[in-house]
Amino acid sequence: MFDSLTNRLGDIFGRLKSKGRLSETQINDVLEEVRTALLEADVNLQVAKDFQRNVRARCLSAEVHKALNPAQQVIKSVNEELVSILGGEALTISYADKPPTVVLLAGLQGVGKTTNAVKLAKWFKSQGRNPLLIGADLQRPAAVEQLRTLANQIDVPVFSQGSDPVMVAAKGIKEAKATGRDVVICDTAGRLTIDEEMMQQLRQISDSVEPHYTFLVIDAMTGQEALNVAESFHNQLELDAMVITKLDGDARGGAALSAKSVVGKPIAFASIGEKLEDFEQFHPDRLASRILGMGDVLTLIEKAEDAFDEEEAKKATQKLISGQFTLEDFLEQMQQLKKMGPLENIVGMMPDLPPGADPSDVDESRLARMEAIITSMTVEERNNPTVIDGSRRSRIAKGSGTSVQEVSSLLKQFKEIKRMMKGAVKPRRKNKRKGSKKRKKGNPSSREKQKNQFEISQSETSDEFDLSEFGTFSN
Amino acid sequence: MSRISKEVSKTRNNFSLFSKFHRDRSLGSDFWVEVEEALIQADVGVGTTTSLVTELKQQAKEQKLTSIEEITDCIKHKLKYLLSGPDRTFNLEGNPAVWIFVGVNGVGKTTSIGKIAFWQESLGKKVVLAAGDTFRAAAAEQLEKWAQQCNSELIRGAEGADPSSVIYDAIEHAHSSSIPLVLADTAGRLHTKTNLMDELSKIQRVASMGSGIVTEILLTLDATTGQNGLEQAKNFAKSIDISGIILTKLDGSSRGGIIFAIQEETGIPVKFIGIGEESQDLIPFDPEDFVEALFDFQPEK
Repeated sequence: MFDSLTNRLGDIFGRLKSKGRLSETQINDVLEEVRTALLEADVNLQVAKDFQRNVRARCLSAEVHKALNPAQQVIKSVNEELVSILGGEALTISYADKPPTVVLLAGLQGVGKTTNAVKLAKWFKSQGRNPLLIGADLQRPAAVEQLRTLANQIDVPVFSQGSDPVMVAAKGIKEAKATGRDVVICDTAGRLTIDEEMMQQLRQISDSVEPHYTFLVIDAMTGQEALNVAESFHNQLELDAMVITKLDGDARGGAALSAKSVVGKPIAFASIGEKLEDFEQFHPDRLASRILGMGDVLTLIEKAEDAFDEEEAKKATQKLISGQFTLEDFLEQMQQLKKMGPLENIVGMMPDLPPGADPSDVDESRLARMEAIITSMTVEERNNPTVIDGSRRSRIAKGSGTSVQEVSSLLKQFKEIKRMMKGAVKPRRKNKRKGSKKRKKGNPSSREKQKNQFEISQSETSDEFDLSEFGTFSN
Repeated sequence: MSRISKEVSKTRNNFSLFSKFHRDRSLGSDFWVEVEEALIQADVGVGTTTSLVTELKQQAKEQKLTSIEEITDCIKHKLKYLLSGPDRTFNLEGNPAVWIFVGVNGVGKTTSIGKIAFWQESLGKKVVLAAGDTFRAAAAEQLEKWAQQCNSELIRGAEGADPSSVIYDAIEHAHSSSIPLVLADTAGRLHTKTNLMDELSKIQRVASMGSGIVTEILLTLDATTGQNGLEQAKNFAKSIDISGIILTKLDGSSRGGIIFAIQEETGIPVKFIGIGEESQDLIPFDPEDFVEALFDFQPEK
């Protein structure tokens, strides 16, 4: 689900990544694209417009975090806004002190009320409850038969005696009490459109059964109209939440994204397949990063924010660029990286992991040994590694519990890094710009480039990390 | 006023998106933004909307159109043009002619069949209904109620039976009893389920082997469907030879703007529209009326 939106956003952000800096115009262009992506996903027009405006405000606000590069900043803002429009945690059902807990289902025709009434009953069963289904849809031919057939499969009784839906519902509640059923789910007739007659019937049913929860069933494939419908229902019935159906297709899920902001009520359950067990509680808070589809890049961003001391990073960058980067600085950076958690996890959280790169390949112990080597050096040695001769090497090796070879290889690597960084800063940014131009046409070269860059930090200087990942160069 | 526009005009308040353009206003940059938003809200889709608005702007400039009326006419013309072209007639020739109804879940296939049966029976033509939806619980019962109401025959199999064989049996039955039309229901299926799409190919293959002629395969599409409607049309068309679309639930607050994109990209025309809950509320589609209905407005508003 949400694949098409995920892909579109992925494209947009992919192009952003290569940019060191974003002008206001560029941000506006990006957000225009985000708006289009949302609209193509059937997100309500007003919601899409608000989204665009709010993300823009977030991006341009003073709270821009320096540990993030501009692309990450935009992604972060988009994520925050997604989380805010989706609403918080999953709805928890609290059961009535005096059973039964009554759930009323309402919705337009063909959204899947009947099937989902049974799915919901199955869910309640899985929670250790004893549900009863009331078939109060006396309008659609064979709706009650459908309810009975499905309910049979999960061994839940159906009550549907009488010819008046309101009476059927009222009797159903009595039946539940008499037979010791602690949850009642009431299916109602759908209509093509909101009409007064239907609303009146629903209100009457609602008045007579006094539901603890009123759920509106909505179809994930619905277009712009979806939420106007939901809103009208809400005005009449006081909805508690929504059940979204048919999320298993390539539905864009726009309705799911707009529901909370338009109606002010969350989505409680989602139907994700034809089988009765294809039904789950909806977790809005987990959805945002799923939509952004970037591994858990957001967690990574958060970690980077937490762990990085901006000023220190800035100083280190300055030193790097000017060639004054010492082993002392190297050590500091390494320690900051460690604050972000196990390296394996950090690498795993990176969204564009090159194919073949396995996070578990990251050798944490090597990092620890490097740290030991550096801490076994004197301050003078750290600031000026050229003084380290043969006898100093063997002393450092002994002190750190490593070998002379390892000390030598670290010194060699450090020299390499220093040389690379010193020479790399300018030309590299230039290359990046070139890359971004090409990328517009989907040219794979930029991707390869990213990969190469990644490999440098992975293999050649294996335990070094690429500072540019955290945007310190652009400050 | 034709029947269609009379019926469809029920929707005009919701379609009155364009009504505000009738009021006096200047053609500022806001105007085009509003046109764009009106089209998007009618589910026309961003792609179609953008290209449409770009062309319209160009045209307005070239032809020096200044009044809202002129531009509205221009938009109408363009929308009608988008829907012009394909043949919308439906084919009833065969002994029997076989119409197969396909679509995703809950779009109103069974109801549409019932309405078409009602319409044909009211013209004095006998119809055989084939309960090819052997998956959904009580689908056959639902169709049976329609069969009783229209006085048609229903051929059904057991629940879970092979839909192809049920439809085949219905065709043979109609042929031997000289009933000219078979309306075959199929189970609703999401267009992303490959195996279910393959089943459709099989249904078409098997139905074509019978004594009748498959003259129409109608994709039933819910008018409230958003941009996903295009994917539905494309994917169904890959598995089965869709000859037309039935746009259902158009009487609601629905807009059905997705049909512009569908026709542009797949060439599949809308042949019928469902405009109400009554048995007679399924009528042939007329693009002129449809577009006019989009712009219909209440003067007092």
